[in-house]
Amino acid sequence: MSVKATVISEIQQIADDDKKSLPPLTDDLVLLDSGLDSLAIAILVARLEETLGFDPFTESDDVAYPVTLGDFIRFYERAAESHDVDSRQAG
Amino acid sequence: MSAPLNRMTSIRDKLGSAPGGPERFLWGATASVCLGHLLNGTSLGGRAAELAGRSVLIATRDQLAAALALVGLDGIARRLIVCTPDLAAEHLPAIAAKAGVDAIVSDHHTEFGIKNSEFRIQTPLTPFQITNSKFQIPTEWVLLTSGTTGAPKMVVHSFASLTAPISNGLAQGADVVWGTFYDIRRYGGLQVFFRAVLGRGSFVLAGAGEPIGDHLVRLGAHGATHVSGTPSHWRRALMSPDARAIAPRYIRLSGEIADQGILNALRSFYPQARVGHAFASTEAGVGLEVDDGLEGFPASMVGAPGDVQLKVDDGSLRIRSARNAVRYLGEQRSTLTDDEGFVDTGDMVERRGDRYYFLGRRNGIINVGGLKVYPEEVEAAINRHPAVRMSMVRSTRSPITGSLVAADIVLKGEPDPSGAGGRIVDFRREILQICHDRLAPHKVPATIRFVPALEMAAAGKLARHA
Repeated sequence: MSVKATVISEIQQIADDDKKSLPPLTDDLVLLDSGLDSLAIAILVARLEETLGFDPFTESDDVAYPVTLGDFIRFYERAAESHDVDSRQAG
Repeated sequence: MSAPLNRMTSIRDKLGSAPGGPERFLWGATASVCLGHLLNGTSLGGRAAELAGRSVLIATRDQLAAALALVGLDGIARRLIVCTPDLAAEHLPAIAAKAGVDAIVSDHHTEFGIKNSEFRIQTPLTPFQITNSKFQIPTEWVLLTSGTTGAPKMVVHSFASLTAPISNGLAQGADVVWGTFYDIRRYGGLQVFFRAVLGRGSFVLAGAGEPIGDHLVRLGAHGATHVSGTPSHWRRALMSPDARAIAPRYIRLSGEIADQGILNALRSFYPQARVGHAFASTEAGVGLEVDDGLEGFPASMVGAPGDVQLKVDDGSLRIRSARNAVRYLGEQRSTLTDDEGFVDTGDMVERRGDRYYFLGRRNGIINVGGLKVYPEEVEAAINRHPAVRMSMVRSTRSPITGSLVAADIVLKGEPDPSGAGGRIVDFRREILQICHDRLAPHKVPATIRFVPALEMAAAGKLARHA
């Protein structure tokens, strides 16, 4: 599954757990307007760390917080690329 | 000349001696009140005088209503019990009994069952004059903070202890506009309330359930210069498209560990602002303030003489100052402080080089976005599931809310949890459902792991780590 698909699927799982319906998950959707509050976003980041094996927020002390879903997905995609590079270098 | 703040008995005394009253406001989400008008007016209606000398529970939904009640009753009521907005109604009878509550101030139509003693906050104000000394008594403030069993602990403060951290900070400009993401009914927010009301500026209050974007836009519209919140509040603000609506001169973080990531993010997003972080707790008061932009605090603060004395014993930070709470309601002061008068904060610190860094809470208490979670309460909910043998709830770090609740669970009769196969998925869902039904959302485990065994410490207790 792509990073984007993983993010979308985890968001839908969290909304299901909270019995919330979501607006269409487009790139320009503002995360805080998605029906997920900051607790739900925190849970999303924790679940993604379990699934993907990394948490891009904690990899640097200089983080620009993502505003839209597109920002959020790109943030994870970029981190995934650097993880691939790291593992190739390590290998 | 006005008297020193610490000799004044009430907010009203200070308002009377502060300049600029007519130009100063409390701005709520749906109404606003001129601070100067509160000197000769009250939001408590024509029966305000009946509240003199009483023990008054303040149970409003709206923060502005709470602020009006606090200004109106400080120096008049014998005791103010300040209910937090999320206080479960089931705790009210015990709180009222313990605090000898004989009047209730609210802003909604709930029957509290205290006959002829329910007062409703109203605007516009009713004229009200302080006519005699029965309206000038030192009011006891009772703040609620979460306790092990789920019932809140009741922490007694005085006007002097609550205002001690700000007595030298009042030389602020008349153009200061305070705002906070906190609720003023918790210690951190109440500190901002006092800074605003006892200073020379105005104050923007969040509405009940107001979206962060709307709040930011209102803060910006009123020209907020000083804005405070927990690191989690600030991370949420930075995730809002309206983060640029504010341009504060001063940003303050407290209530959670301020890590280097959020300090850096705020400094780069609001380059014009001074960014400071503080350590405070309801019991210990404001213990330290750090303005150098770095996480943790200088080791030189520990053991230094001054208004606030810090020491580290058994790894936890201890604080002695005039800002400490007076006592727990119904208990001796000795249950709050050690023999030398220090309050043990329960916050574990570690020295690395010339700085101390916060590690988290002792006894496994979890701080989710500034709200405390006692693991025992969550474990009790999990253990209701018939397939659960035992569970241990711990903190896991979160870049969004500081910490989250994580649960390790041992199932009955399944030495190898992976052997339970498809049932694991059902168990996970059922356990989460039990937690959702019985616990506030921030207490529900964010992650669940099924494990073969849990580490036990001596005396058969679960081994909890800071």
